[in-house]
Amino acid sequence: MLRIAVVGVGKMGLSHLSILGAHPDVTIAAMCDTSGYVLDVLEKYTGMHAAGDYQKMLDAVPLDAVVIATPTKAHYPMVRAALERGLHVFCEKPLTLSSEESRALVELAAEKGLVAQVGYHNRFVGAFAETRRLLDLGAIGRVTHATAEAYGPVVLKAKGATWRSQRSEGGGCLYDYAAHPLDLLTWYLGTPERVGGTHLGKIFSTATEDEVYSTLFYDDGSTAQLSVNWSDESYRKMSTRITLSGTHGRITVDRQECQVYLRDTQPAPAGYQHGWNVKYTTELTAPVWFYLRGEEYSAELDYFVRSASGALGSDEPAAQNSFETAAVTDRVIELLIRDAEQPGSGTGDAPGHTARRPSPADARRQRLAAVSARARVLLGDTVASGRARIARARSTRKAVR
Amino acid sequence: MTTPATDHVMDRLLFGDNQFFGVNHMSEEKARAQAMRFQDFESVMGVLDSAQAEGIRTFMCTTHERVAQIVDRVRARPDDYPGFVFYPCMPYAHKYANAVTEHGPLEAVRRLLPDEGLVSTALRGGRALATKDVESLVTMLVDAEMAMFQGVTTPVIFLQNVVVDLLLGLGFDEAFAIFARHVRTRYGAEPGYITMNLPRLLDALDRVEVLNPIVCSNMNKLGFRMCGGIEAYREALDEREFRAVAMSVYASGALGPEEAFEWIAQFPKIESVVFGASSATNIRGTRQVVDDVWLPRLSV
Repeated sequence: MLRIAVVGVGKMGLSHLSILGAHPDVTIAAMCDTSGYVLDVLEKYTGMHAAGDYQKMLDAVPLDAVVIATPTKAHYPMVRAALERGLHVFCEKPLTLSSEESRALVELAAEKGLVAQVGYHNRFVGAFAETRRLLDLGAIGRVTHATAEAYGPVVLKAKGATWRSQRSEGGGCLYDYAAHPLDLLTWYLGTPERVGGTHLGKIFSTATEDEVYSTLFYDDGSTAQLSVNWSDESYRKMSTRITLSGTHGRITVDRQECQVYLRDTQPAPAGYQHGWNVKYTTELTAPVWFYLRGEEYSAELDYFVRSASGALGSDEPAAQNSFETAAVTDRVIELLIRDAEQPGSGTGDAPGHTARRPSPADARRQRLAAVSARARVLLGDTVASGRARIARARSTRKAVR
Repeated sequence: MTTPATDHVMDRLLFGDNQFFGVNHMSEEKARAQAMRFQDFESVMGVLDSAQAEGIRTFMCTTHERVAQIVDRVRARPDDYPGFVFYPCMPYAHKYANAVTEHGPLEAVRRLLPDEGLVSTALRGGRALATKDVESLVTMLVDAEMAMFQGVTTPVIFLQNVVVDLLLGLGFDEAFAIFARHVRTRYGAEPGYITMNLPRLLDALDRVEVLNPIVCSNMNKLGFRMCGGIEAYREALDEREFRAVAMSVYASGALGPEEAFEWIAQFPKIESVVFGASSATNIRGTRQVVDDVWLPRLSV
């Protein structure tokens, strides 16, 4: 039995507590939160051990692992303290508010040989995983462009006073919503070289953003556009969608389905045909022992439990959703914030504000940046068309043979 | 121990409401197309009227604010809706989930309680939060959700699966008994529980002595979202004492109607099936298959 403490019993913490409570190989050794009311009620009615102080809990309760679901700002010290004591860690997303801190945790976990996983649950959704598999098979060829979107109805009027409404605490649309499509882009396309045109806009919030738009540039010449808005009531709940355009086809994927168009320029993978294919998550998803809100939440925790218990199958990929990849996503988030602070980015400091007028020095820097960006694009195009010519020549030679 | 307060006989076919509110487990595009179509209230009533014409008079619905409009229509025209009953399913989960994201769990609960009009409820609420009396908190939330059903018949009141399964994993069994007691005493209704984890829930309900409970769960030939496995469900349907309501009998569209109901017909324990449909043709199709495949097996 793996002895786990769940730290933070807000929305995700309660959900994790419930799923782990139903896991046959887990003992909930403690739950920890600073909110006395929720803890008292849970302790009274479920008999689970409640702890109000994290450090004291680590001192007093024998544990194998912790699940951290506190506001993001608290992640770094809590994760570090757990790793230093030799505990495996599952941490909610995003990992920390600074890529430097995230990197430090990656190194500490590696040094200690501990399992370190982050709660980017989309990677455990059947349709998103199928997309990764199709990319590995080269089903749509070289990806030239991606669109990554997330919309939902979180902040619909000017109010709200929890940590989620403060960027400094790790709240806001960027950390809470945009982190998900960004992490999928990390999974599908890797680390971007740079980002541009980032807009972190306020619609109703005062201390954080409600919408995030940006362009990501990758070193192979491909690009991605990010469009995220958590103040969109036309969506019943959060909806994340990625579209990948490639030289041999296109994939549009969300939680429910994977729509794939394959050109007849190369053989289709097994189970697929040229033209349109639709695979539903219902057929792509393995059953779980306990269901709450979606198979992916159970699957990610089960994967963590089995990783920490040394019970992963030999055919299973190791280190899924590791601190390592989450640190890349944290780095991208940081790039977005920095880019949005550039003059002329269009990010205001009050609702309805646009960017401040650039100074002459800023304007010069911008002109230089624009010239060098055009040069990079031209160079990229030249290299890409050269590569394409070589690839065409190769495939013609193969066809001739 | 809580014992049944009513002998309410459930209809064989219950009409669900997912299609009206943009819920589709297969496709977000289809969900949106349905949400657009049913933006017009008369389209919703048109489908409900078609269901009624096929003899389907139970509407198993969430507490979505638009359901209040449907309730108003039924209440205003009793002659058009003879014997029409509602099975409310609460709470409407996304309303809570979004509020919890924005405000945190405690504040969300406070904000979702009616602050005016139901003075006694609000007062009881103040005490609940102060004395940590979960029983009055649960009953208050139920009353808030039930307000829209005043004046219509609600013989069964369900607790939604997100809440049931959250409590189930936490081991908060007592909440199921609190819900049962309140629904029986205040509304003279039978408590129902929706779950994705049927075998485990039956054990929990046994522990708090909620006897012969109405439990609604996915039941289909493919074992789709039947946690604990299809064999454990078979065993429960053959051996456990409960009143089964089957949902997702088509496994989100993966099974054809005949095949789906052939499987359902093996289990006499299944009293009702809840299904959704957007057209008179589809409703009639399901009704026909039930008449041809399921009902004859029940009379044997």
